[in-house]
Amino acid sequence: MTGNASLIQASQLTARAQLLAGAGQALPVVAGVAIFGTVWGALAVQAGLSPLEVALMSGLVFSGAAQFVAIELWSSPVAVGTIAFASLLVGLRHVLMGASIEPVLRSVRPRHAYLALFFMVDEAWAMSLRRAGQGKFGIQFYIGLCGLLYLSWLTTTVAGALLGGLVADPARYGFDVVFTAVFVVLIVGLWQGKRDIAPWAASAVAAIACHRWVPGNWYIFAGGAAGLLTAVLLWSPLPPQSTESAGSDAG
Amino acid sequence: MRVDPAALAAIAAMGLATYVTRIAGYWLVRRFTLSGRISAGLQAVPGAILIALIAPAAFATGLAESGAAAAALLIAMLRWPMLVAIIASAAAAAGIRAFI
Repeated sequence: MTGNASLIQASQLTARAQLLAGAGQALPVVAGVAIFGTVWGALAVQAGLSPLEVALMSGLVFSGAAQFVAIELWSSPVAVGTIAFASLLVGLRHVLMGASIEPVLRSVRPRHAYLALFFMVDEAWAMSLRRAGQGKFGIQFYIGLCGLLYLSWLTTTVAGALLGGLVADPARYGFDVVFTAVFVVLIVGLWQGKRDIAPWAASAVAAIACHRWVPGNWYIFAGGAAGLLTAVLLWSPLPPQSTESAGSDAG
Repeated sequence: MRVDPAALAAIAAMGLATYVTRIAGYWLVRRFTLSGRISAGLQAVPGAILIALIAPAAFATGLAESGAAAAALLIAMLRWPMLVAIIASAAAAAGIRAFI
């Protein structure tokens, strides 16, 4: 497996550069994480969590979506089963994400991959896929990226818990659109050609409809599933339609 | 500082549930061989998930959110850095809100 060997060699040579590149790509996202982290920490304390419980939850769950839902459901006494089940439902999109990142993690031992997957948040997943698409992915990139995101989520949620509602109204300063901007940029990077139009359109329609009529965060999973189904239905076993056109990325 | 046993149990259960969702897809794909059709479907997932994440805000929330998404789209298509896109988006949203 010469291909594999050269991959490993490349990643050894650039371990430090990979780590720095990952941390560098995390930086713009950290601004958004910091705002949502402090807001969530403040809300969590209002919902009845202690700062130590906030730290434990951020450290062990590391999922903004699951944690926002959890504090909406938080009560006294805590309904353990309800909250755990809600986390499972909110996390369903991770199943699709984990399946699609598997090829990227093939250069890593499975037990390391299982450790890495603990940190698979939306941004880290999308940026890793983009990096792999450019042929530059190394696990150190993922470590740098996730490490910084994890630390900033942990510290800012605890800071929010300790300091209370510092950012009273993030929308007023346009802070609430940070994640939309990040995801739009990542989407543009994923664009590969006309074959993306149908699955993406199906996803948008499903997500908007689901967001309007179904309570909770189901719209994310609905959009992902609609895109998957559309691509499955439109697939035709014609001779290699290899649209792997190199050089589409000018960056 | 206080840690309520029920709260600790809830946090541990949340962590476990979330971790299971994060490894399930990877585990499934490694365990079973996928047909070309299913692979094509999985290839569409990243874009579809990201579209789903932003679609309600970008298309069905308000002018400020749509304007913010459009600003980010413009910057991304110019291939300028992500930080520029974030700043342009926030400025667009704040600007539109200030005038409406």
